[in-house]
Amino acid sequence: MDRTPVSDADVCIVGAGPAGGIVAHRLAESGASVVVLEAGPRFDGDRREQLERHIRPGLGGPWEMGGARDAFSSSGESFYPLNAARVKGVGGSTLHWQGMVMRLHERDFELDSRHGVGADWPIGYDDLRPYYAAAEREFGVAGAADNPYAPPRDEPYPLPAFRPSHSDSIFAEACERLGIDMHSVGNARNSEPYDGRSPCVGYGTCKPVCPSGAKYTAESHVEEAEAAGARVIDRARVRRLEHDAAGERVVAAAYTTPDGETHRQAATQFVLACGGVENVRLLLLSDSDRYPDGLANSSGAVGRYFMDHLFAGAGGRLDRPTRQNHVGFNTSECHQFYDDADPVNGLKLEFLNYAGPSPVIDALHADTWGDDLRDQLDESYGTHVSMGALVEQLPREDNYVGLDPETTDDLGDPVPEIHWSVDEQTEAALSRANEIQTRVLDELGVEDRWSVGPDETGPAYHHMGTTRMGDDPESSVVDAECRAHDLDNLWISGSSVFPTGGAMNPTLTIAALSVRLAESLRATLG
Amino acid sequence: MRLTRRDALAVLAGLGVTGGAVSLTQFDPPTADSTGEGSGSDGDLGGGGDDDTPPTAVRETMVAAGEVVYPSAVEGIPEFVETYVVGRARDDARRDAMVDAATELDGVARDWENAAFADLPAGDRDRLLRELGVNTADPVPDGTLSERLRFHVVNELLYAFYASPTGGRLVGIENPIGHPGGTESYRRATMDGGETAESGGTADSGGESDG
Ligand SMILES: Cc1cc2nc3c(=O)[nH]c(=O)nc-3n(C[C@H](O)[C@H](O)[C@H](O)COP(=O)(O)OP(=O)(O)OC[C@H]3O[C@@H](n4cnc5c(N)ncnc54)[C@H](O)[C@@H]3O)c2cc1C
Ligand code: SF4
Repeated sequence: MDRTPVSDADVCIVGAGPAGGIVAHRLAESGASVVVLEAGPRFDGDRREQLERHIRPGLGGPWEMGGARDAFSSSGESFYPLNAARVKGVGGSTLHWQGMVMRLHERDFELDSRHGVGADWPIGYDDLRPYYAAAEREFGVAGAADNPYAPPRDEPYPLPAFRPSHSDSIFAEACERLGIDMHSVGNARNSEPYDGRSPCVGYGTCKPVCPSGAKYTAESHVEEAEAAGARVIDRARVRRLEHDAAGERVVAAAYTTPDGETHRQAATQFVLACGGVENVRLLLLSDSDRYPDGLANSSGAVGRYFMDHLFAGAGGRLDRPTRQNHVGFNTSECHQFYDDADPVNGLKLEFLNYAGPSPVIDALHADTWGDDLRDQLDESYGTHVSMGALVEQLPREDNYVGLDPETTDDLGDPVPEIHWSVDEQTEAALSRANEIQTRVLDELGVEDRWSVGPDETGPAYHHMGTTRMGDDPESSVVDAECRAHDLDNLWISGSSVFPTGGAMNPTLTIAALSVRLAESLRATLG
Repeated sequence: MRLTRRDALAVLAGLGVTGGAVSLTQFDPPTADSTGEGSGSDGDLGGGGDDDTPPTAVRETMVAAGEVVYPSAVEGIPEFVETYVVGRARDDARRDAMVDAATELDGVARDWENAAFADLPAGDRDRLLRELGVNTADPVPDGTLSERLRFHVVNELLYAFYASPTGGRLVGIENPIGHPGGTESYRRATMDGGETAESGGTADSGGESDG
């Protein structure tokens, strides 16, 4: 394959996840000459190989993450499992994602003004509202307007919601008695055929792979971008962004291909869309005499305010069938407590359709077979229930992504260092989530209980905050259009621009911002 | 509980082996079971012989292993395992490794027990596999003998069984992960119906399509 640069490119986009893919598609469609440089491979061919890799032990992970290319260090109080939290390839982390999508709430854009914590966004919900609708069409979101706690919306979802599970109906009895409201949840997954992709057929393995293509992945946008004339170069690892003598514009992206060659891609405009960790790394690796602290970093905010969502969960067993693990996604959530002020951190509750083990995976790990194994599986499967929750973490300067100069990847570049910890206020919000979950499980009479709270919590794999958006160049990296304050033609797409992260999964907001960015960038091309 | 060729074909479809790719000329013509609703052309037989078909001894060894690793109440194991093994052998790398592992297992049986693995009583087959440590070995495709037997023989067979609707049903799930069994089953209260909300569609409608 030819991996040499494109001549006369209007726009060079680094990264082919949703943040890069959507921008590439929009701009290519509008007639711009677009090139996308993607570090990972194209996972062509049969998705069933990934399916088998997921189910059967001994074959390695489905998306080939974790080699020398992906080295990192974790230096904070809490270990950060970075390579479980992202995928490199055409499609980016959406190859692996779960695909739950929802809009942020109005309060998420103005936490500082309303509650004196975190930061305000330079834009509000109303600014993003039409772009959220566009993002829902981009993904083909299946949803319903039955959520009384959702922010206002004008139009129906593109696809009907998946209907509630049997497991939801069990929870519904208890929630009803407790005054806890259940409602549908947005899924970037086809409940009907959409955008040339199949409806869901119930493989049950959404995370990490949907063999039917019902789950949205950014491969769709990359394909559409290519159909509109964009050139996508895979296995092209961008290692430096180079700027002009005045330090006003980026002039080239230097990238290395599998044959060891390094090329320079010139373009008029550059879009960074490498995810919340690699965006930072690339800016810091691109330091120069003019910008000794890294590109676009005169504020010193590049890498700071790293946030993720934290998981809280609780579950156990009932004395009746709960019908788990038929599908790999959820059909109900509860956003009733999201806007509460004590603690102020957002929180949302999930009712899982994949509680407890799956018999086939258990069988493949068992140390017996025959009737013994059947008895074991009969015992282990069938009566589990669990609830999950995502909890907001507020931005803190001392949670950061930096470079670890002591450790290099296979090309000799310093690896990203994640310095992350969970503060007491977030822990209080996790306890609050556990409290509500416990009330529901008590009401149901759930036994053999377990829970994941402040002591056991882990990240939800949403990398936010590290190139924050703001009006003030002294304290933020990009402006409200996602354009770097320091360099005229550098744009950043993705959740690294979120000043705060709420407690909603981030990717619908990423997509909304990407559509908006594409519009603003297009206007500069004339 | 009876396994059918259709069950094996359903698992193979999940693995991307479909239609004429599965050549079954050495077996009986398709039955009602194997051409039932949902399996579509998967049950049709490819034309002519197939060079990829593993040798008879290998198929017999796999069937004999299946009789050990599957629950005793299961019937129809030979047809199920043979269909699955033949289909699986479409993948060259898998075919060779599976043939090698089964051949080695047979060799061990001949060395230690003076009989082909398939000719040993089921209890002796079970004991032999356990003595080799296959029950506790990690499945490693290119590992030690026990690791390879775990991967290419035992786990291959367990995967075929528990990712199939019939195998899953035995432990309470008719739409196990890995099987595209549609979007109705998650809404039912029991394996045999009892829907929880307004109904629509039929059991496995659209189930075995791979979109
Ligand atoms: C297990 C899991 C479950 C998730 N579930 C959900 C969910 O249910 N809902 C939700 O909203 N979000 C979910 N997410 C998060 C979601 O996947 C991300 O928010 C989203 O993919 C981010 O999009 P992105 O394009 O910014 O980054 P990515 O999707 O990570 O894509 C970035 C791309 O940039 C490439 N790249 C990086 N560095 C370079 C470089 N130097 N040169 C060239 N290319 C480079 C990478 O290879 C990658 O392909 C989940 C994530 C994981 C891991
Ligand atoms: S359950 Fe998940 S993996 Fe299966 S088809 Fe539906 S979306 Fe894809």
